[in-house]
Amino acid sequence: MNATAPALHAALVGSPNCGKTALFNRLTGGRAKVANYAGVTIERKEGRLETPAGRQVRVLDLPGAYSLDAASPDEVITRDVCAGRLAGEAAPDLIVCVLDATNLRLHLRLALELAQLGRPMLVALNMMDVAQRRGIRIDIDRLQAGLGVPVVATVAVRHGGAADLLAALDRGAARVPPAAPAGGDLHARVRALLAEAVTMPRATAAIDDAIDAVVLNRVAGLAILALVMFLIFQAVFSWAAPLQDAVAAGVAGAGEWVGSLLGSMPLLQSLVTDGIFAGLGTVLEFLPQILVLFLFILVLEESGYLPRAAFLLDTLMFRAGLTGRSFIPLLSSFACAIPGIMATRSIADPRDRLTTILVAPLMTCSARLPVYTLLIAAFIPRRDVFGIFNLQGIVLFVLYLAGIVSALAVAWVIKRLQRDRSEHMLLMELPSYRLPDPRSILLGLWERALIFLRRVGGILLSLTILLWFLSSFPAPPEGATLPPIDYSYAGHIGRWMTHVFAPIGFNWQICIALIPGLAAREVAVSSLATVYALSAASEEAAAAALGTTIAAQWSLATALSLLAWYVFAPQCMSTLAVIRRETNGWRYVWISAVYLFALAYLASFITYQLTLALA
Amino acid sequence: MVGQVEDTEAGDVVARRLRELGFVAGEPVRVVASGPFGRDPLLVQIGYTRFALRRPEAARVRLVDEPQP
Ligand SMILES: Nc1nc2c(ncn2[C@@H]2O[C@H](COP(=O)(O)OP(=O)(O)OP(=O)(O)O)[C@@H](O)[C@H]2O)c(=O)[nH]1
Repeated sequence: MNATAPALHAALVGSPNCGKTALFNRLTGGRAKVANYAGVTIERKEGRLETPAGRQVRVLDLPGAYSLDAASPDEVITRDVCAGRLAGEAAPDLIVCVLDATNLRLHLRLALELAQLGRPMLVALNMMDVAQRRGIRIDIDRLQAGLGVPVVATVAVRHGGAADLLAALDRGAARVPPAAPAGGDLHARVRALLAEAVTMPRATAAIDDAIDAVVLNRVAGLAILALVMFLIFQAVFSWAAPLQDAVAAGVAGAGEWVGSLLGSMPLLQSLVTDGIFAGLGTVLEFLPQILVLFLFILVLEESGYLPRAAFLLDTLMFRAGLTGRSFIPLLSSFACAIPGIMATRSIADPRDRLTTILVAPLMTCSARLPVYTLLIAAFIPRRDVFGIFNLQGIVLFVLYLAGIVSALAVAWVIKRLQRDRSEHMLLMELPSYRLPDPRSILLGLWERALIFLRRVGGILLSLTILLWFLSSFPAPPEGATLPPIDYSYAGHIGRWMTHVFAPIGFNWQICIALIPGLAAREVAVSSLATVYALSAASEEAAAAALGTTIAAQWSLATALSLLAWYVFAPQCMSTLAVIRRETNGWRYVWISAVYLFALAYLASFITYQLTLALA
Repeated sequence: MVGQVEDTEAGDVVARRLRELGFVAGEPVRVVASGPFGRDPLLVQIGYTRFALRRPEAARVRLVDEPQP
């Protein structure tokens, strides 16, 4: 082969859970270009690789599909790309069909369907390590003969586990499968192939049966689920703390150092320390929390537990107008509604999908954690409860719970409002349990961290600078007695907004912070910091922590009201943009923005008035 | 053992999908577990795979007795 030959265009196709993504990462070294297919919102992942012999290959990771007879938008993409029918997408030169060696009865059918397309094809028999461990014997030669295309064994999670596949690419081993007898029964052919080439000692892994007996048990299973979720919240709240402190100290130090260089230019110095670094620090500080949360979600996803959780919760979710499958997108929404809403693509039923998208912003995303953390630390005493929990953790748990309960209630209402009452589909595979692969987890964490920083970085910087401008200009008049921000544009806007927000106890500083908070929730805290740092009459007061400031200046009712506000918090613009993208129109953007605002206002109003009445 | 999967309406997507997933005549099936609320959904083992099916979905699968040897 020579390096100047045009790159080979290969597409990875396989049923869900065959290890396709792991294989893609193994082949491409985890470097992928992630985008969307033209006109639709399904993720398109493409990477490049060079075979040992120097051949360039472009690899496309297609969405998982059980069949080419598509039942969901994902499967439509897979079908159309394979058939070379998707506009703007060249037909692949070669199809790599990925099969899970431990689940051949299900997966071989797709291989046979793909073979009927008459394109050059290779079969990657993945998870061979697991198959061996379980004593499954597969006669690759016979399988190859039966399918009429080359079959290679792969172990996507092992270093060098795709060597045979690479060698096959180098050899140009892919073949156009022989035409199958027309109208043949695919299931009959699968059975014949299995009888000829595969020996299964047991239909399922013994360990899966044992784990499922406990995890799906109606008492133990629910207890485990509750425990897992509770553990996540405690971890997010306490494990990440030392890391957060380190990040905060680092950024503050850097800000002071840069600021000291600008000592001769007070305005610029103020911009750098009060605007840029203050904002950056507050947000970077929450990166550890977000990573801890994603760590849990990724481990649960990789281990195969998430579909079990969906199984346990399906009936409850179904009664509320959702589906067990909404569980995964909704759980992801705890980290951020954006990946969560994007994950709803795996929900086949469009009505279930829409409902899930509409309630996803009610899941407490990690961007709200900064606000929660600040307010809880300032207003809720750190008191032990039953010796093991502390009151702060419990309040946080209650806030999360409030989000969940209202999501269920909203979904229930949407279900009543829907006109199309035909049946909703569940039909979900429960995959085998697996030990999470550290490499995949790290890659996943890395991807998420980048998304978070990119999404936050740009918005945050421009907004903190805008806010700094609004709160610094115009400068206070000669002989002014109040803090300078009182005379600024921000002061005016904030005071105007208090007409609307006074009944729910928000002062004008909060009102100012709400403006950028709408654009990106995580910015609200840094805006508060900016507002208060600037409104402090002296340097010492500015240096004091924001927490202490608000603890002294706000009433408990205001703090609780703001917490309640953020349970619903009319979402950030990025979320709205994603909803617009995922629903292909503005209608649902408006619906969700308006209903969230109404709920937030109502909840805060009740909380504020109730606290006042009780206090 | 599966007898057949019945369509509840013309072009029933659920029934089609069930057949594609291996619910075809002569295939042994077994209910392994059921959900904690109202014993729904059902966890059904077919071939080497387990699927969660809601009761109305599972009801499409007509069973027949395994032929005695
Ligand atoms: N032991 C072992 N585990 C594997 C192998 N390949 C993948 N896995 C694991 O199998 C699980 C599923 O792999 P994914 O790559 O996410 O599967 P997928 O086919 O992309 O699934 P979808 O994204 O749902 O289509 C992950 O936990 C992987 O770490 C393998 O060859 N051996």
